[in-house]
Amino acid sequence: MEFGFQLYKEQKIDLDIVQNSIFKEISHSQPDILKCIGCGCCTATCTGSKFTPTEFRKAILLLERGLNDKAYDLLKGCMLCGKCSLVCPRGINTRDIILRFKKLYNQN
Amino acid sequence: MKIDVLIIGGGPAGLKSASLLESLGYKILLIEKESTVGGHIKYWDRLFPDSTQAKEIVGNLIKDVSQSAILTDTSVESIAKQQDGIYNTKLSSGATVLSSTILLTTGFSLFPAEKKEEYGYGIYDGVITNALLESFFKKEGKITIDNPSKIGFVHCVGSRDEKAGNKQCSKVCCVTAVKQAIELKEIFPKAEIYCFYMDLRMFGRGYEDIYLKAQAEYGIRFIRGRVSEVEGSVNGKVIVKAEDTLSSKPIKITLDLLVLMCGMIANKSNDKLMESLSIKMGDDGFIHLENPITDIGKTNIQGIFAAGSILGPKTLPDVIGESSTVAFAIDKYLKNINN
Repeated sequence: MEFGFQLYKEQKIDLDIVQNSIFKEISHSQPDILKCIGCGCCTATCTGSKFTPTEFRKAILLLERGLNDKAYDLLKGCMLCGKCSLVCPRGINTRDIILRFKKLYNQN
Repeated sequence: MKIDVLIIGGGPAGLKSASLLESLGYKILLIEKESTVGGHIKYWDRLFPDSTQAKEIVGNLIKDVSQSAILTDTSVESIAKQQDGIYNTKLSSGATVLSSTILLTTGFSLFPAEKKEEYGYGIYDGVITNALLESFFKKEGKITIDNPSKIGFVHCVGSRDEKAGNKQCSKVCCVTAVKQAIELKEIFPKAEIYCFYMDLRMFGRGYEDIYLKAQAEYGIRFIRGRVSEVEGSVNGKVIVKAEDTLSSKPIKITLDLLVLMCGMIANKSNDKLMESLSIKMGDDGFIHLENPITDIGKTNIQGIFAAGSILGPKTLPDVIGESSTVAFAIDKYLKNINN
């Protein structure tokens, strides 16, 4: 019987057991990912976010916390237009990170 | 002894204004309650943002003041204003000093970390303070740090904390934490370092650069969320709990070492003295200035000036700049009363 509530595994982030190998691999080849200051300009300017749950800022944060599936969901709607890389104050190569992530995600 | 300026407190503010007032030709006396001058920075190893050796700075400040004008291991017993406007100060050594003006440069106190009991300082061995970490960098042997694999920094300990009685931002801890994280990473390159912050206030020149360097070159991770509590684990480590506010989820991590960034608070040990002089204090415990923009350092009492972090938390360059300004304000005041 479905009671309408369930326990979510991702309710809490436990950095002791986090498996963020994809994040580590990206940060090795594209260290830009480490420079994020969480300002949210990318999400605010995203053309995809108007119609789909696309959030670059949150996606790379979740990636660092090892929540790869959730991060993938937030980048599904990305059309690689690159507006986020234009507005990023840290000059992060957002498109490159998204492409690298999708490649690694699909490999795993 | 009759002098022009009695300077109370031998930190950077006292030393800088002493050297300027001397070069302007005034007879001064600088008293310091500790056995050496230099203030808090003499306990520091290197300074942000360029890793300048603190002892070099202290050395430069001391060398500009004539040694005969410095009295260490001396504190003030009482100060009274005479009929002729001269200040009569009794020192702990029993001597009496008559001075036309008094300059207060008694600085700040470091927030006592044990007051934030939830952070576990004094309870768990893995929890230390920023000051203790500097003593480790100076190799003073007060603490040993044994190859930690995970290290955390807690920003704003006792700062921006009304419950702890300190509303103010201590201004320097953000960049100090970044500096110390980099220095630890240089000693322990394999360690993972996490900084728990509310805001990162990298306001000064070069501060943002070392923040970027900490992120991109040293891989130090910044988690936005104030640590709520720290508990001990069975194997002698500490478990830190916070909210990862950027993902709106509670976060937990086990660390080998946790460094608390204790903030600057008002130096309460002088409250009686301030009261006896009727000096107006702000709600935050620092000295109130009548006109903090154009009359820096002028207290509400004629002839009594203040400079440095007795006027609120500030960085070393700010203290040096302010002390110079106040030295010239005293010069102007003395010229006026002498004419």
